[in-house]
Amino acid sequence: MKYIDEYRDKAMVLKLAEEIKKASTRQIKLMEVCGGHTMAIQKFGIPYLLPETVELISGPGCPVCVTSNSFIDKAVAYSRRDDVIITTYGDLIRVPGSSSSLEREKAKGADVRIVYSIMDALEIARHNRRKKIVFLGIGFETTAPSSAAGIIKAQMAGIRNFYLYSAHKVMPPAMEALIDEGVEINGYIGPGHVSAITGESIYFSIPKKFGLGVVISGFEPVDLMQTILMLVNQIENNDPKVEIQYTRAVKPEGNIKAQQMLDEVFGPGDDWWRGLGVLKNSGLKIRETYAAFDSEKNIEVEVEPLIEPKGCICGDILRGVKKPKDCKLFGKACTPSNPVGSCMVSSEGTCQAYYLYNR
Amino acid sequence: MKNQFDTILLGHGSGGKLTHDLIDRLFAKYFDNPVLRQQSDSALLKTESSHIAYTTDSFVVDPLFFPGGNIGKLAIAGTVNDLAVSGATPQYISAAFIIEEGLAYKELKTIVETMAEEAQKAGVIIVTGDTKVVDKGKCDKVFINTSGIGKIREKHLGISSGRDIRPGDKIIINGSIGDHGMAVMAARNDLNITANIQSDCASLNHMIHEALQNSDGIKFMRDATRGGLGTVLSEIASDKPFGIQINEENVVVNNDVRGMCELLGFDPLYVANEGKVIMVVAAEDAERIVETLKKNPFGKSAALIGEITGQHQGKAWLDTIVGGKRIIDMLSGQQLPRIC
Repeated sequence: MKYIDEYRDKAMVLKLAEEIKKASTRQIKLMEVCGGHTMAIQKFGIPYLLPETVELISGPGCPVCVTSNSFIDKAVAYSRRDDVIITTYGDLIRVPGSSSSLEREKAKGADVRIVYSIMDALEIARHNRRKKIVFLGIGFETTAPSSAAGIIKAQMAGIRNFYLYSAHKVMPPAMEALIDEGVEINGYIGPGHVSAITGESIYFSIPKKFGLGVVISGFEPVDLMQTILMLVNQIENNDPKVEIQYTRAVKPEGNIKAQQMLDEVFGPGDDWWRGLGVLKNSGLKIRETYAAFDSEKNIEVEVEPLIEPKGCICGDILRGVKKPKDCKLFGKACTPSNPVGSCMVSSEGTCQAYYLYNR
Repeated sequence: MKNQFDTILLGHGSGGKLTHDLIDRLFAKYFDNPVLRQQSDSALLKTESSHIAYTTDSFVVDPLFFPGGNIGKLAIAGTVNDLAVSGATPQYISAAFIIEEGLAYKELKTIVETMAEEAQKAGVIIVTGDTKVVDKGKCDKVFINTSGIGKIREKHLGISSGRDIRPGDKIIINGSIGDHGMAVMAARNDLNITANIQSDCASLNHMIHEALQNSDGIKFMRDATRGGLGTVLSEIASDKPFGIQINEENVVVNNDVRGMCELLGFDPLYVANEGKVIMVVAAEDAERIVETLKKNPFGKSAALIGEITGQHQGKAWLDTIVGGKRIIDMLSGQQLPRIC
């Protein structure tokens, strides 16, 4: 992990802080739309290094947070079937649905297993042929290719008891929707991992249509400070454009192979985002060719009626119009150990990041 | 027929012949000492101190064996450390085993041998115990509970509550953080990670004793186990008329631990340790205590990591490695299940 040290160099960070301070004359708000950025910004205490003119706000960058309650409710319903094993990334098991969570179902005896990759879920499927293995696919262009790879591998290996329950989403429609809705921001800190897959072209419409810059950023303090400086310079010079700060990981054209895999398995479809509602073509739906691996087409369950938590303003927080501290529940009724809204559950969630690092 | 001692059977916990055989061959043999030899229902103990410290802890780590230790070593060191950080001198330990039928005898034997060895290192004796065997699936391999008793001097009675902590006091830790939690995680088969990480699991009582001998300025100690350094710091400040300032640059995290934390998305501040003590000490004694700790093998990278402040009362703040600031809160929920 030595390669990381130079990106955590204090002298360099302080020098960038100085440059930002010198360059910034206008009051601006920059939004990050990647949970990894939200966490890194809070973890390294970046806001304390910025002048008063630069405010950072968090957008809908945490996959767990934007996922609908009805997705959780359906996952809970799957978990209640005796013939189903749920496999999921860890964060999701704690998200409260309308009346239960996967964590609660697990305690009651449901077979819910945390995995670190879809390939682990495939292994579970291989060893439990009589069960239906449902993998909960959440996340953006970052995790979606691995879900695609998992399905392709299941197909090749003839694993027929493996199903993806997809809530995969793509980022650009949400970034556009936020500006359309009138959320006041002056530039985007572009998501590093998403862009490593997609390349830069998915953001071209943002400077063109809305006159806002996007700088694709890495996750270390030097990366973030450099990105902020690049955005400040764009704004001060009235020169909005798409730039890549995270050049060591992001190529302009992205990862073509992953894009092909994504396109092979998924097609665009409308999807619901917490805080933003239904956004056209913002979801990744499993294509007909792979319908045999789509849990929604193969496993029937009855899902309980949807109840949204009262008083929770996760939606406004995800749109960047409110901060966690504006929520009545924040830190009181809603804490990481007893979360009401999804933003408090995930380690990438805005509320949890604020709760842990900035209360 | 297979040897009755290949595998632990339900009968080994029945209280009958098999139980007696197991006790004779294993527990009585390895834990042997005059108190245990009496084989009475209660251990009869002598202590010359007017105050005793008494603690208990259960151990359910998965896997049982990990680089740097096993559940047996944890079970002794964990309880020894709970006594030692209260300012007590650990003396007597109880050990109770809940075993899942089917556990390989040789695994249990290794665990018991390790416990005996660790108890000897720590200078404590195991004076009473119990064994139960439960049906397959009713527990996971083996769970161990240990309790411990230690004598404590009058002048050290304030250490466990930290009632004498004042702004200006310094905060010390005896080395790197996160090693135990990540060693256990790396040892789990389902993760498929190869990392060169050793658990820091160790009995710290001798090192702590040396520090207490050398200074009367130790105002508080706590071992940073589950919840890690971050949780302990947050607990120290919680609801108190003082705050804590920590300098992240001075907190040592080994490279492999850091790498694995990055990979899995953990913050080393909240990863468990089993051989780390956090001390709050009078400023004038701080350097001397660090030097004393450094002379002990378990304190080689001891460091002064921060101080008690009059500002931001009730909260612990971190000056980050890049010059930013953030709050240190308690670990909420479970970062890692079953690491001790």
